[in-house]
Amino acid sequence: MHNASLRELADALAAKRISAVELAGLFLGRIASAQPDLNAFVTVDRERTLAAARAADARIARGDHGPLTGIPIAHKDIWCASGWRTTCGSRMLANFTSPYDAHMIERLLAAGAPILGKCNMDEFAMGSSNETSWFGPVRNPWHKAFVPGGSSGGSAAAVAARLAPAATGTDTGGSIRQPAALCGVSGLKPTYGIVSRYGMVAFASSLDQGGPFGKGAEDLALLLNGMAGFDARDSTSLERAPEDYTRLLDRPFADTPAGRPLAGLRIGLPKQYFGAGLGAEVAQTVETALEEMRKLGATTREVDLPSSDLAVPAYYVIAPAEASSNLSRFDGVRYGHRAEQYGDLIDMYCRSRAEGFGPEVKRRILIGTYVLSHGYYDAYYVQAQRIRRLIADDFARAFREVDVIAGPTSPSVAFELGAKTADPVQMYLNDIYTIPANLAGLPGMSIPCGFGEKDLPVGLQLVGDYFSEAKMLGVAHQYQRATDWHRRVPPGY
Amino acid sequence: MSLQLDEVKRIAMLARIAVSDAEAASVRDQLNDIFAMIEKMQAVEAPGVAPMAHAQDVMLRLRDDAVTESDRHQAFQAIAPQTEAGLYLVPRVID
Repeated sequence: MHNASLRELADALAAKRISAVELAGLFLGRIASAQPDLNAFVTVDRERTLAAARAADARIARGDHGPLTGIPIAHKDIWCASGWRTTCGSRMLANFTSPYDAHMIERLLAAGAPILGKCNMDEFAMGSSNETSWFGPVRNPWHKAFVPGGSSGGSAAAVAARLAPAATGTDTGGSIRQPAALCGVSGLKPTYGIVSRYGMVAFASSLDQGGPFGKGAEDLALLLNGMAGFDARDSTSLERAPEDYTRLLDRPFADTPAGRPLAGLRIGLPKQYFGAGLGAEVAQTVETALEEMRKLGATTREVDLPSSDLAVPAYYVIAPAEASSNLSRFDGVRYGHRAEQYGDLIDMYCRSRAEGFGPEVKRRILIGTYVLSHGYYDAYYVQAQRIRRLIADDFARAFREVDVIAGPTSPSVAFELGAKTADPVQMYLNDIYTIPANLAGLPGMSIPCGFGEKDLPVGLQLVGDYFSEAKMLGVAHQYQRATDWHRRVPPGY
Repeated sequence: MSLQLDEVKRIAMLARIAVSDAEAASVRDQLNDIFAMIEKMQAVEAPGVAPMAHAQDVMLRLRDDAVTESDRHQAFQAIAPQTEAGLYLVPRVID
């Protein structure tokens, strides 16, 4: 049952082959067994989860249920959930119990999906390896000496090890797609503005976007149906008619011949994503996946995204600048950590923040404070915003010729714990292929496509034009019907 | 560009983060590595390009000028480090 797709689980619940309470109990048991090895969760609240599962069973009994009713979902610990500790992976919020629900949480609870637990993550979503968490690193279920990626590392590891049927995350520079790739699961970052960030602890507000983790594209589509929707409390939430993200799963293109469901699909391969810096086995594995897509009818052609190599530098101006502003709210006054010893008010702020934030968060706040400070704003922040425009224009040109862009999600498979912690710049370069979609606000996803060095998973990234999630999910689903990488489970799970 | 120790301390003060002298030196080295990576962006001439602040061109919405929130100060203050009589307590700022 723990390997079943969400649709299979929904069918089993509707047919009463399993109850929501039994399903939640099954996954709570798996979490408890795996926690000492993987550390994928920060908070589990068995009674609260089971109470929600009982309510879901009552809804199913009276026929008032949908595709997510009774399916327990694990949430990245960046999403506020009423009565749940919400730490954001930080000592600053280690004792913060949220008094309210995020909009996305409200929606999934209304759909009847119990909260299975809160997943470990890089502190304030700043990291690419889940090693900056105050609660210790998450380990990769495929190889416990290796990182799961980040920042949504706990969510990705939980789905990979089948500790949760599905999970949520957030993606500011690759924090859904990169851990999905490194853990061998599917993950989607929607178009900016699709999922409300109300109740999501803010990192870089012009880039942050929530999204789902699942085993396959069909699961992602069902989850996005539950998560997406207009919310007036997030000023960037887009007012659009509700969309059924499952509608193109079986037929991403109309009237395709039998056996060639991707006939007509034009895939763009950015030459900048296949150059120096890409690991040989990742390159080979991605090429094999592209060959499979060609067999299914797709055509591929090279596209040029000439400003790609400026994405990481521009991101490390924009994201820290916005973070330094967003994280100024943590002052030890209204909630969060306050130092035991302090003198005056300024000293209280300085000590509370020095104790409450870890080294990577402090580094980014300092970078952001500097680039926004008097005399440097134009040289850094405004210049980075100009680069951002160039990057978005590159994509717009490419999408005049192709339907979707494909390439590696990450330049390498998972690396060993501790391998990059001493060198922030090396760590930042993990997100070289994922950051451009955030800067442009485009939807992107990662799906498992094979294994590279040390039998660790490789992810194939798809980036689509604005609001093309349904089509991208259809492309991924057709690939997953022809392959079984998304069904592979780490040994021992 | 290379940050000096006193600049690191000035930025840390602006950011309201206490740093010891020992920390400041290692932070300076790491920040300088990061800024060396960022410098690449500054070599690009893009004077005619309009800065892009946001991924979508959205207008801020207006809403009716009506009360939408209920009074939940007890729930919010229950998670505060120090409160008294419905007020947040901080060190004295005015003598």
